Amino acid sequence: MSILTKFTGKNTNQYRRSAFWSYGVVIAGFILVSAMNSAGMISNSLQGQLVPICAYIAMAVSLNLVVGISGELSLGHAGFMSVGAFTGVIAATLFQSLPFLWVKLLIAIVVGGLFAGLAGVIIGVPVLRLRGDYLAIVTLAFGEIIRNVLNVIYVGLDEKGLQVATSMEGIHLSENGSMILNGPMGATGITKLSTFFAGFLLVLFTLFVVLNLVNSKHGRAIMAMRDNRIAAESVGLSATNFKMTAFVTGAILAGMSGALFALNYSTVAPVKFNFNTSILVLVFVVLGGIGNITGSIISAAVLTILPEALRQFSDYRMLTYAIVLILVMLATNNPQMKMFLSGLSKQVKAVFSKTKVYHRPQRAEEKGGAE
Amino acid sequence: MGTILNVENINVYYGAIHAIRDVSFQVNEGEIVTLIGANGAGKSTTLQTVSGILHSKTGSVEFCGENIAKVPAHKIVEKGLAHVPEGRRIFQQMSVRENLEMGAFTADASTIPSNLEMVFHQFPRLKEREKQVAGTLSGGEQQMLAMGRALMSNPKLLMLDEPSMGLAPILVEQIFDIIKSLNEAGTTILLVEQNAQMALSVAHHAYVLETGRVTLSGTGDELAASEQVKKAYLGS
Repeated sequence: MSILTKFTGKNTNQYRRSAFWSYGVVIAGFILVSAMNSAGMISNSLQGQLVPICAYIAMAVSLNLVVGISGELSLGHAGFMSVGAFTGVIAATLFQSLPFLWVKLLIAIVVGGLFAGLAGVIIGVPVLRLRGDYLAIVTLAFGEIIRNVLNVIYVGLDEKGLQVATSMEGIHLSENGSMILNGPMGATGITKLSTFFAGFLLVLFTLFVVLNLVNSKHGRAIMAMRDNRIAAESVGLSATNFKMTAFVTGAILAGMSGALFALNYSTVAPVKFNFNTSILVLVFVVLGGIGNITGSIISAAVLTILPEALRQFSDYRMLTYAIVLILVMLATNNPQMKMFLSGLSKQVKAVFSKTKVYHRPQRAEEKGGAE
Repeated sequence: MGTILNVENINVYYGAIHAIRDVSFQVNEGEIVTLIGANGAGKSTTLQTVSGILHSKTGSVEFCGENIAKVPAHKIVEKGLAHVPEGRRIFQQMSVRENLEMGAFTADASTIPSNLEMVFHQFPRLKEREKQVAGTLSGGEQQMLAMGRALMSNPKLLMLDEPSMGLAPILVEQIFDIIKSLNEAGTTILLVEQNAQMALSVAHHAYVLETGRVTLSGTGDELAASEQVKKAYLGS
């Protein structure tokens, strides 16, 4: 796969270095939470948040692939999540007679991913011809269109099979039948299949896909397209092909996390996946650092827990949330803070590798050299 | 020496604006051919039409005997035609080496080491900066990098769009020395320049473009001596 990276050796590829940290943070987080859970240190309300946290981490990482790596601002990521959520629920209901919980969950997640990927292709073909603001506007609209379409879809299941209609009257179920999707009410009567462990595996899978894509020849091409479209075309890259790869991969992963998310509740309505959710995930990405996968993981986890943790502020909860966001952004953009952090990480590395901390010397020729 | 590129009667439009009018020119193997002209004469548009970024409504673009007028840009590179776009378009966030490797994207991976060596031989400066992030290079180095990247695909024809733009005079000379030595090493070059004096001094053949038309053509020396060119471009 990586005929290009083969020659790179120990080079400046920041993403490869961060891969280690990304996996590390997720695995450490999982072990920590599992340990705390078995010690009874996790409150009920936080326990209910564990699966959504995993789903949001997967969402943030997959959106970071589109926004950070491919450089296209997409504001409709929740749309793909909802496609995955509802097709996943339908699949789980269809296969409810299967013996093992995890088989059903796996089927639901795969089906959710496939349908979301299909939606990604349908949307990506026209949309990826656009650039910048226009792409953002159109993806925003598509996210809303998906939600509105789901608002009028009714799906029922009886022994004759699935019935799909655009109104309640269109569905004629036998006595044993039951509704799966109820238009604006969404999916009702879901059997809870998702577990924290499944969420953990999904996050690992998402990381595996995204990090491998980023470090592959394709990933290099995607980043080249982001850095300079004209230069990328001049070395023989097809703009739409590589943007499509990133966009559809992002959609598939969003669909998978949507299925995981929906199967954690007994009822999920389409309104859950509205514009606010898209923006929420974008906030995770931006706050964690655009293009920074580890940052997305941490910010998705922290910002999902934060509203719960701020419950004691009651009415001032969202106000405090906003202030925290602003403070984090100020802190991470602060030059002194950055210097402090990079100095810290250098020292940590020096301790681990037992080598001298390397300071880049000021080269005289650089100042007086060409231009 | 055969004709490697034969452009005939191309007409290119930007919406309603007729940018290129019936332009025809040839590039023979082993030559340096230059298109000179003022701002807005259609030089860059012509190059972009040859490399498939823009498409002509009429006429043909024959490269090595094959009409490539309708072929999309990313397939043209594979055929051996490399385009160094105007304004040092490099991948800012990648290292020098990674930029060069991107140039070989359509090429066979086994050619990368030998081509890298060839590029480093032509541009020793890039070898020194191999691991540096490309965005931190100086203007001249970035231009060298863009040229080196194009050479990584083993092109039969190298097209350079204003390589001297925005560079100090001493660097302009350096760039033109490199263009000459690349040509002596066997690369055919199509050069678009505003710096007519420099371009004509290295070119075997030259064409003058004015508001989308070819108004003059001849050998480099002929045009450099022509009164018309002197008046319009050389400022004497």
